[in-house]
Amino acid sequence: MTVSELANILALQSFCLPEPGREVTGGYVGDLLSWVMGRAKAGDAWLTIMSNQNVAAVALMTDAACVVLTEDVRPDEALLRRAQQQSINLLGTKRSSFDTAAALKDLLR
Amino acid sequence: MTPAAVAGLCRLAGLDVAALTDHNTCGNCPAFCAAARAYGLLALPGMELCTLEEVHVICLFPGLDQAMAFQDLVYPRLGDRGNDPEIFGRQVRMDVDDRVLGEEPRLLAGAADIGVYEVHTLAESCGGVAYPAHIDRDSFSLLSNLGLWDPALGFPLAEVSRRCPPDLFQRRRDLEGVRFLTGSDAHYLDQIQDAHQWMEVPAPTPQAVLDWLRRGGR
Repeated sequence: MTVSELANILALQSFCLPEPGREVTGGYVGDLLSWVMGRAKAGDAWLTIMSNQNVAAVALMTDAACVVLTEDVRPDEALLRRAQQQSINLLGTKRSSFDTAAALKDLLR
Repeated sequence: MTPAAVAGLCRLAGLDVAALTDHNTCGNCPAFCAAARAYGLLALPGMELCTLEEVHVICLFPGLDQAMAFQDLVYPRLGDRGNDPEIFGRQVRMDVDDRVLGEEPRLLAGAADIGVYEVHTLAESCGGVAYPAHIDRDSFSLLSNLGLWDPALGFPLAEVSRRCPPDLFQRRRDLEGVRFLTGSDAHYLDQIQDAHQWMEVPAPTPQAVLDWLRRGGR
């Protein structure tokens, strides 16, 4: 499943989608960036409520397929700018992290 | 933004006292303190420690020896992940004349394996003072990540950012009676604020400033 397909199926809002064809192979939920840094895997859809620019650095470092901001969180200006500069897929949803993760798990099955 | 330039700008801003608190390191404090001495500025070496919970805590020390002893306690608890300069930028150490001495290979941008409840005691063990940084901010702050001010943390006061809502301490019952100061949290030279706060200390020494902080800024 590509990031674009995931966004369509879950009706995710697209803040920045430079690589819509990127394959999503897993998922990770976490808000403590240093924790996520060592645990999220390449190809994951990373679900978080953090919206500052460090999210872009961690997404880049872990090579996540996309970041999904849950709970109706919106990226701050600096994060949006860095996501655009560094070609990071940045999406959003009103759903909770739990609901989004459950839906993602179903889709990946 | 070199350590010497920071010290010089602090002096130009009319400050008498300034502290350098880089993320998880005191590596540039020797240069900062040396430059401050030349400019007639009272300098406190320090660190902005990022705890396990990703709460930023300001740790200040009376001298370089104590600051470096604290760094020696923190570094082994940063984990063994290396810095990728492409993502997090270079982690340069400089001397007082802006010459590059080296680069810190460990990743300083992450969190230390040190809980926020431990920081006060750890800083005190090196003769320092610790207090949580920019508690009003919605990331990397005590209130955002821990949810409340707990007196058991042992912090003598809190730092708020320049953009702190004026009614924060009235709005929150957990902050009743908590003392605070405003920090510039300057990441760029133009964010160094002009002198606008004051402290009454018996002598212009780092120790007197730390004692003032220990008394909650009085």
